[in-house]
Amino acid sequence: MRASLLRLYAIVLKELRQLHRDRLSFAMIVGMPVIQLLLFGFAINLDVRNLDAALLDNAQTNNSRELVAQIGQAQVFNFRYQVATETELNALLRAGRINAALVIPGDFERRLSQPNEPVVQLIVDGSDQSVQGAARQLASLQITALLRERRTPALVGQVSLANYFNPERRAPLNTVPGLIGVILTMTMVMFTAIALVREREHGNLEFLITTPLSPLELALGKVIPFIGIGLIQTTLILLMGYFIFDVPVHGSLFALFIAALLYIFASLALGIFISTAVQTQFQAMQLSFFTFLPQILLSGFMFPFAGMPKPAQWLAEIFPLTHFIRLVRGIMLRSASFGDLWIEFVALLAFAVAMLGVAVMRFHKRLD
Amino acid sequence: MNNGERDIVIRTHGLTRKFGAATAVDHIDLHVRRGEVYGFLGPNGSGKSTTIRLLCGLLLPTSGDIQVLGLNIPAQAEALKKRMGYMTQKFSLYDDLSVGENLIFVANIHGLANTHARRRVDELLELYWLRELREQLAGTLSGGQRQRVALAAAVLHKPELLFLDEPTSAVDPQSRRDFWDSLFALTEQGTTLLVSTHYMDEAERCHRLAILDRGRLVADGSPRELMDNLPGPVLLVECATPRAAQQVLHNAPGVLAAAQIGASLRVLTTASDTDANNTSDNIERISQQLRAANIDAKVAAIQPNLEDVFVVATRKGASSERPS
Repeated sequence: MRASLLRLYAIVLKELRQLHRDRLSFAMIVGMPVIQLLLFGFAINLDVRNLDAALLDNAQTNNSRELVAQIGQAQVFNFRYQVATETELNALLRAGRINAALVIPGDFERRLSQPNEPVVQLIVDGSDQSVQGAARQLASLQITALLRERRTPALVGQVSLANYFNPERRAPLNTVPGLIGVILTMTMVMFTAIALVREREHGNLEFLITTPLSPLELALGKVIPFIGIGLIQTTLILLMGYFIFDVPVHGSLFALFIAALLYIFASLALGIFISTAVQTQFQAMQLSFFTFLPQILLSGFMFPFAGMPKPAQWLAEIFPLTHFIRLVRGIMLRSASFGDLWIEFVALLAFAVAMLGVAVMRFHKRLD
Repeated sequence: MNNGERDIVIRTHGLTRKFGAATAVDHIDLHVRRGEVYGFLGPNGSGKSTTIRLLCGLLLPTSGDIQVLGLNIPAQAEALKKRMGYMTQKFSLYDDLSVGENLIFVANIHGLANTHARRRVDELLELYWLRELREQLAGTLSGGQRQRVALAAAVLHKPELLFLDEPTSAVDPQSRRDFWDSLFALTEQGTTLLVSTHYMDEAERCHRLAILDRGRLVADGSPRELMDNLPGPVLLVECATPRAAQQVLHNAPGVLAAAQIGASLRVLTTASDTDANNTSDNIERISQQLRAANIDAKVAAIQPNLEDVFVVATRKGASSERPS
């Protein structure tokens, strides 16, 4: 046991020394989360605004002009083009110059007095999912609100929307917590995915496997230093989130760090597993990237989890990022506690232990 | 050395390893005695490294038995790892750690902590003239310096048995001599060494050696025995036109090989029909063959060396492989 801890210590110390000497990697540990958070924090805005749009007003009445003015105020659409025919409009859509178009029919005034007929047509570029969603929302809210006064009897439902946890609908509140997970994924998996392969390529492994060093000691020794680095990255993102994007941590900071710790462990374990499955650093990177996209797209970070087909949901339940996203959003925004989310903690731990176990079993101290 | 069974530290029987269709090691029987420097001599691809890896338990044999230090390999490979050292062909320590850091790392891996580790590392730095290099990154060392660091790392835990896979392939001649002095110092302490090499002068320093060719053990014994057991005498042919003489003797009856050494030819011959005094018979026969080709040559017997043994041994392997 003592000898085992000593060997573990030796590997950890060696990793830290190597990392310390590798200036570029060292810089990336700090630089990557900072740049990614700034980039994504400012850029990712799931509230759609300023969509380029065209207007085809066949009515040209006071009401129609007022409708356009009011829609314009919502700043969702920016009517850059006034067109006279549908052909023109279709051409603009096809070319991707506009994402949406508002068509006001010639019999607009007549339709206004008909309770069951649509008064205007909103055309959206269906090839862009987020545009589609935003436009649909607008179609149901803005226009009906406007028409409420004009139209009798009003068909508008008495649904009022209460936005819990993010009343101002600020994007960073939704993106920053998830970004912790995404950024950790990108750095952590890669660190350990190339770890064993690099030792193999440099010939170090051939020496190590002739010593009493065990696979578990080697794997843990590679994981432990990066857990520390992952926690530093998490802290950095939280601080930036708080000071730059005004994203608070409503729940327990301790629970949040435990969640981060487990998620980092799970990602590193996945990396170690990848490392045992590949022969070269290039393959290791390819395989790491292969795990990124499904995790990021299916975890609920980008798209609502509930909207995915069942098999995709089952698959996503395996991914550590899915559980981490739930944990981090729950703890940061909804003040959820350990008790509320215990199953997510367990899922992360189970994934990490399983991955590490498989990796250790796969890694035998031989060259064939 | 006569304690027989107890003194055999490596014993293999029918050791074979295939990689797909290729046979890298082909039914090798080895006996290595305690305290000796045992050499593997062979060209690249002859199976030296593969055999060493099989003996360490790094590769699984396709068939055959291996016993090292009384342990069954590969089953008891982990127990062996505490008692053996392995110096790989390629430098296998960390380029981005200093010499001292590398050695302390290896000491920790072998269970030496703190002062014990430092004391042993100091000892090794002293022994292998590495004291001034302690703070230097291993990646910036010269070939000879690297070899010394690698040797220090391989013997740090005082192994009973040390495997060295072409340890001096990237080292200048002076460093090689120093390196071999260090190896003999280890045998004085009772360490058994198994060294692979393709340098004849290194092979000559071994107590005993095995010549490997295409995965097969084609000859083994002490360098003296091997040279004495050559099939016939080695002759030196001096003439004005060694190239022409080589043409004549190439594939001539009674000639195993003729190689040009400077202005002369070194000719390996087979035993002559009359056993009595075959050296003079062979000299006579070679001289006749050359005279018949109008080459005036001076032919004399010379001391055989290991290269002659190597040429004859590997030639035998080649001819037995040739389809009849």
